[in-house]
Amino acid sequence: MTTTVQDQDRQERAANATIERSAAYYRLKADVEDFYYHEADLLDDRRFRDWLELLTEDISYFMPIRRNVKFGQQAARENTKRGEGISWFDEDKWTLTKRVEQILTGVHYAEEPLSRITHMVSNVQIKQVRPDIGTARELDVASRFLVYQNRVEYETYIFVGRRNDTLRLTDAGWKIARREILLEQNILLAKNLTTFF
Amino acid sequence: MPLRNDFDQLVDIKGGFISREIFVDADIYRQELDKVFTRAWLLVGHESLVPNPGDFYTSRMGEESVILCRDKKSEIHVFLNSCRHRGMKVCRYEQGNTSLFTCPYHSWTYTTDGKLQGVPLHRTLYDGVLDREANSLVSVAKLCNYKGSIWATWDNDAPDFLTYLGDAKIHLDQALDCRDGREGGSEVIGVHKWVFPANWKFAAENFLGDTYHNPSHRSVDLIGIGPSAAAGKKGRRDDELEKAEHVWISFPAGHGVHSAIQPEANEYTESFLDNPILEKYFRHCFEERKRRLGEGARLLPFVGTIFPNTSYHGRQPRGLCAWHPHSPTSTEGWRFFLVDKDAPKEAKEYLRRYYMRYSGPAGMTEQDDMENWLYATAASTGTVARRYPFNYQQSMGAYVTDHPLGGDVSKQVTEQIARGFYRRWTTYMQGGDWHELLGSPAGNRQAAE
Ligand code: FES
Ligand SMILES: [Fe+2]
Repeated sequence: MTTTVQDQDRQERAANATIERSAAYYRLKADVEDFYYHEADLLDDRRFRDWLELLTEDISYFMPIRRNVKFGQQAARENTKRGEGISWFDEDKWTLTKRVEQILTGVHYAEEPLSRITHMVSNVQIKQVRPDIGTARELDVASRFLVYQNRVEYETYIFVGRRNDTLRLTDAGWKIARREILLEQNILLAKNLTTFF
Repeated sequence: MPLRNDFDQLVDIKGGFISREIFVDADIYRQELDKVFTRAWLLVGHESLVPNPGDFYTSRMGEESVILCRDKKSEIHVFLNSCRHRGMKVCRYEQGNTSLFTCPYHSWTYTTDGKLQGVPLHRTLYDGVLDREANSLVSVAKLCNYKGSIWATWDNDAPDFLTYLGDAKIHLDQALDCRDGREGGSEVIGVHKWVFPANWKFAAENFLGDTYHNPSHRSVDLIGIGPSAAAGKKGRRDDELEKAEHVWISFPAGHGVHSAIQPEANEYTESFLDNPILEKYFRHCFEERKRRLGEGARLLPFVGTIFPNTSYHGRQPRGLCAWHPHSPTSTEGWRFFLVDKDAPKEAKEYLRRYYMRYSGPAGMTEQDDMENWLYATAASTGTVARRYPFNYQQSMGAYVTDHPLGGDVSKQVTEQIARGFYRRWTTYMQGGDWHELLGSPAGNRQAAE
């Protein structure tokens, strides 16, 4: 419960915060964008094990189910919550690693033959910097994604939504410590979610 | 064009062949909506989704939206989600609490027991003509709260739910009862809803004891995602049924289950190796259940389908599914995930994580099921493909009819359950009466011989 309240506080803070658009901000933003383009390349080039390397050991990877709620209840009830009940994804590195291992068996038929997937990332905004812009070690970053998936012959899905990440600077560069994926759908209009977002 | 009525030829139980037409044909599909889905008992939801007076949860029956609602007096109702005036959906929220459903179109309002209450300008426009009582939201004919799960039928003549379940009851019970053997006591911790391009019967049949499709799950079995996977155990679940005798049962009303009977000694199988708290809890549940149910505790459910489109997973990962028809080649899957309401926090936390990695469109196991159902449907739509029926000859005649569990009981993987399901499906499509729809074991066997 406590985590959830903190989550919400944090998201609200992130949404409201505007960091001064200094030269340092744009340099940092360019770094982050590069990082995301690299991440997209790894996924779309099917270098899944390398992609896992971009995740911190304590990553929390979360995609809620979005619900149709009455006006005014969006903040409290529209999205399922991290850490409780059932979401599309609410997982740790172990589970994500299992997902990669499964694809690499070559007999995970929902991804065999592999889908063709393109990840597009845009609307990147740094929302929070810790401790400060000059010596940033941790960032809250908002972005949009468009993921195109084509499977076998005719099967095609387009997933569009928002991402809220926490990135952490490590000896190996930026890593994803926390990711929230807001897919803009209620009933999932796809038979499967076999890709990473 | 006259409606097709060649169901006897399409479903050849004796020969073990079933035409692909029934999985892809639009006319047959339209008839199913009428002849199967307005008569059979369908799963609507669970009481834990509407715990308080005024709570509602929108659900589906067949292709249509319905409202599951608890009225002011705490009585549960199920209504068609369509205004009596021009049909507008009166509720487009998934869940909530209200005292009235206000139609967005012309603002007629309905109370939580479905009665038409407010009609704008009533006196000027409708006085003396409009009968409010006769314009209530359309209610289902019968409704049953069975151990918390809510079922309904549109058919006034349908038998009560327990008669409908027949001998399948004790198998479904084990998905609904507490892990320690107490009756009922489950709650829904979340619902998956997704659309997949396959005929609804592929999903229903998957849970009719199609244990034969195990090879398609090889990838999860190789990597291991079960309760003891982090401790190095392979497989997609801990094998508590390792020493059990498996039974596949076809019931005369069309239901089918795959359950297991533990050996007489019935010892706890070490499980949850990565978590001592869970290990202790589930061991406790096992011992307690054995104490309460005695010999009966040896029966453990695995999976099953209650005719026509409700499936359950009884143990790991526990839940109820409704396979809502969308079109001949598309289905909306709903899964209600269940836990014991009073399970300890650690158990619920563990279970929800396991359910998510196993089940549904994001589940490592079931993704492969959906892949199969899609391409099996797609590759059956062709003109030539339709000339060649599916083969249902597996384990023909390999069952006994005098087993204490009732129905046709097989000790080996069998399509007898599927044959029983489609035999009953044929009776519905031919407009059979309820006596015929419930079937009788003798009638079943005759048809199979
Ligand atoms: S359609 Fe509902 S009030 Fe007219
Ligand atoms: Fe399966």
